[in-house]
Amino acid sequence: MLELISEPWHWSVSGFAIATVMFVLLYAGKEFGVSGNLRTMCSIAGAGKNVEFFRFDWKAQRWNLLFIGGAVIGGWLATSVLPASAPAEVSTETVSYLNSIGIDGPTAESDFVPAELFSTEKIFSLGGILYALIGGLLVGFGTRWAGGCTSGHAISGLSNLQLPSLIAVIGFFIGGLLMSWFILPFILQL
Amino acid sequence: MRTLFYLFIGTVFGFIMTKSEAVSWFRIQEMFRFESFHMYGIIGTAVVTGALGVFLAKQLKIKAITGDELKLNPKNMSIPRYLFGGTIFGLGWAMTGACPGPMFTLLGHGVWMIGIVILGAVLGTYLYGVFRPKLPH
Repeated sequence: MLELISEPWHWSVSGFAIATVMFVLLYAGKEFGVSGNLRTMCSIAGAGKNVEFFRFDWKAQRWNLLFIGGAVIGGWLATSVLPASAPAEVSTETVSYLNSIGIDGPTAESDFVPAELFSTEKIFSLGGILYALIGGLLVGFGTRWAGGCTSGHAISGLSNLQLPSLIAVIGFFIGGLLMSWFILPFILQL
Repeated sequence: MRTLFYLFIGTVFGFIMTKSEAVSWFRIQEMFRFESFHMYGIIGTAVVTGALGVFLAKQLKIKAITGDELKLNPKNMSIPRYLFGGTIFGLGWAMTGACPGPMFTLLGHGVWMIGIVILGAVLGTYLYGVFRPKLPH
């Protein structure tokens, strides 16, 4: 019985479950959107002193901070308490492409992220820190400019048939395709 | 009680993100290389289910438990904001393999490097706030 939830889920079950989370939040009077928390964190850190954008009632967003706190716990539960028996079965084409640019496929030790980029010892390498920091910087800057990320635009916005969200999702793909096909292989050569 | 409720629903979300493998850097590369249907299946099912639910909720005039309207705030129309902002986010998404939700879930996996990504994301948000008056919206 436990295997049913500990082993990887079929995409349709996952998609349905994500929509359910969105509905539960809507019914609670909230809006499903994770990236807003990054703005809240800036405000808590005192960014409102110098920048007007961060002067808002962040206490009204406390629930969302709890939500991402839960997302950390959920990640721990799903890997430490109820781990899957094998790493993701990623397409063999993707794995052989990644091998060709110097990245191993998912392994038992590093099943969700490649060790070449995210193993803990990378914290002590300048290249490793720069990669993670710049990647994060793009996510933070881009989501706030676009006014949302995958949860706010791709799921909530498209569910509400909003044209702005469709434009944002097209943008996500322009950026993602550029990175995956052209920039990433270049960075990994450095 | 409310604290526990949001913590719980977040926990469920983190669990879903992991079991769906949407937190996987490899799955994100696979998606952007069009080499599997997996991620498209997840997002597609979520959007179709979501759109049906939102349509029904509007038809039946369902209100939130607080008595307020459901928070389906329409976004202001603009092209540069969503296109440029979206593209920059897409670059970061494919690089780190993580959008903002999965970043926190990966922290729960013990991927400590993702802490640097989160730090970068907070910093990026701050820079947006600084440059906001100069950017097209």
